[in-house]
Amino acid sequence: MVNNNGKAWRWVGIAAVALLGVLAGTGAYTAQRAQALSYLSNDPKACVNCHIMRDVYDSWQKAPHHAAAVCVDCHLPHDFLGKWLAKAENGWNHSKAFTLQNFHEPIRIHAKNAAILEHNCVGCHQNLVSGVVQAQTSYGQAHAEYAADKGAHLGCVGCHRDVGHGP
Amino acid sequence: MPRRFPWFAVVVGLVAALGTFGVLLLLQNINIRQAEARETVFRVVDLTEDTLDPEVWGKNFPLQYDSYKRTVDTARTRYGGSEAFQKLDTDPRLRTIFAGYAFSIDFREDRGHAYMLDDQRRTERVKQRKQPGACLHCHSSILKAYREQGVKAGVPSDEHHRQEAIMKGFEVVNKMPYAEATQLVDHPVGCVDCHDPKTMAVRVTRPGFLNGIKGLAQSQDPVPHLPSIERWRKGDRQKAYDPNVDASRQELRSMVCGQCHVEYYFTKEDKQLTYPWQGGLKVEQILAYYDRIGFSDWTHKESGAPVLKAQHPEFEMWSQGIHARSGVACADCHMPYQRVGAVKVSNHHVRSPMLGVAQACQTCHRYPEEEIQARVANIQDRTKKLLDAAEIATVDLIKAIAAAKAAGVSDEALTPARSLQRQAQFRTDFVNAENSMGFHAPQEAARILAEAIDLARQGQLEVVKITPHPTTSR
Repeated sequence: MVNNNGKAWRWVGIAAVALLGVLAGTGAYTAQRAQALSYLSNDPKACVNCHIMRDVYDSWQKAPHHAAAVCVDCHLPHDFLGKWLAKAENGWNHSKAFTLQNFHEPIRIHAKNAAILEHNCVGCHQNLVSGVVQAQTSYGQAHAEYAADKGAHLGCVGCHRDVGHGP
Repeated sequence: MPRRFPWFAVVVGLVAALGTFGVLLLLQNINIRQAEARETVFRVVDLTEDTLDPEVWGKNFPLQYDSYKRTVDTARTRYGGSEAFQKLDTDPRLRTIFAGYAFSIDFREDRGHAYMLDDQRRTERVKQRKQPGACLHCHSSILKAYREQGVKAGVPSDEHHRQEAIMKGFEVVNKMPYAEATQLVDHPVGCVDCHDPKTMAVRVTRPGFLNGIKGLAQSQDPVPHLPSIERWRKGDRQKAYDPNVDASRQELRSMVCGQCHVEYYFTKEDKQLTYPWQGGLKVEQILAYYDRIGFSDWTHKESGAPVLKAQHPEFEMWSQGIHARSGVACADCHMPYQRVGAVKVSNHHVRSPMLGVAQACQTCHRYPEEEIQARVANIQDRTKKLLDAAEIATVDLIKAIAAAKAAGVSDEALTPARSLQRQAQFRTDFVNAENSMGFHAPQEAARILAEAIDLARQGQLEVVKITPHPTTSR
């Protein structure tokens, strides 16, 4: 009796592990289908895995910056931790939006990402613009300024809107 | 020793099962999105020049057809839209301005594309007045009928003579009585009118436009917004300008609309539909053209002036605006791209951009919808104020001339005032008949209306000059 129970219970354990295996397997397959690993790269092609970015990608190829910068050069922080945190957050937001299809079209940049962008403009063009802007010292500060601005685009791309990509 | 039931393993199993369920759902979603991205066109039916029924085209292009069908929808916008309200009631001044002309009987707002043929057959302008077959040029899918009539009139029926047959048939149908010509057509504007059935390329087919744009190309009027015409002018001009050969796709995305949304007239003798662009697209150039050929639509019932009715000069007005100048086509705002699944489709529910600001405007203008709406309202409200002033001035002039006429002033003495009425009235009407309340070219609309007001008041001064003044006659 006890032995029988033990045997049956062992089977329960094995079934649980098997189900975990199924989860891991389907998870891995899904990740592969979704080209999940590509998102760890800096390749702009990864950004057009999902077709929402198609127009942006196409126009970037024809825009002035295409020889100087790829997507992540402008849209992600350049420091290690900041980059991966932003990547994780945007990755989550994008996957959620694209799966649920509940986002505003045409797509819009959020204040937080706009601040990152602004910081990167200044980062590369520091010599040119140091007289114009007090280079933001932190993303937080840039973010706060953008939030206070309520989307009244007074940042670099307010005027230089097509340098990265149009429209 | 009895072991406890392994609840932990059961929970792990359940969570794993649920997790797998979720992952598979996600996988299915990813598969759908990826399949959408691969979606292309499935040719279910063969399309030819004779396929007029949009429903047949819709089998191959269901997404476009779905939106095309939505042109049955009616919506009222700030100053226009697609609801058939009677403009003579909302603006009674128009009864005076159009006195003696069919537009004083019935002047309803147009409904959507789907109703164009139906609306034309119903309007009192066609029912109470005799109209020619030329009207159908823009209210029906008529190319096939043109070709058949052209062949009937003696043009060979082979493929090589297709265009020639169409142009001949156009001449024949123009002259027919409306009641007879309308028997030749069944459909409002359809796919074949703007698309090549073999390649789906955007194309222009309307004979009136093909003739008109040829004339415009030969004129001196600068058209920086139509670079292919500027290029053609610099060339050897051996072959006439042909939009289907010379124009870019982006230009064609405006020209397809310009096939019909234009100012036009019917020649007096044989009712040939003509676009008055030989001198250029601006209002005074068009008026100068009418003056040169001595054309007037009717003699004003109250004032006796030889006056003109402007039609719907959207293409002309847009041509003077900043959007045209910036390379923005009609279709960019009125048929904006929309995403259906992963496919980018040009929305064939042609309508006011104000009913879909996100797609129509925000692609370029990164402001909140309310802000964009407010900016447009600003332009339109200002134009409306100017338009009201211009209409009041025009009506004042009409009344002044009518009074002078009643007081016995001779036709000869009234000629300068009547000429000023013609000029003022055409300008006023040019903005009124144009479907954007000034938006297509705000400054141009303001200029035209300012001139209209000035000309109408000048006309009143003329009348004062020639009217026997009570104090001097005593």
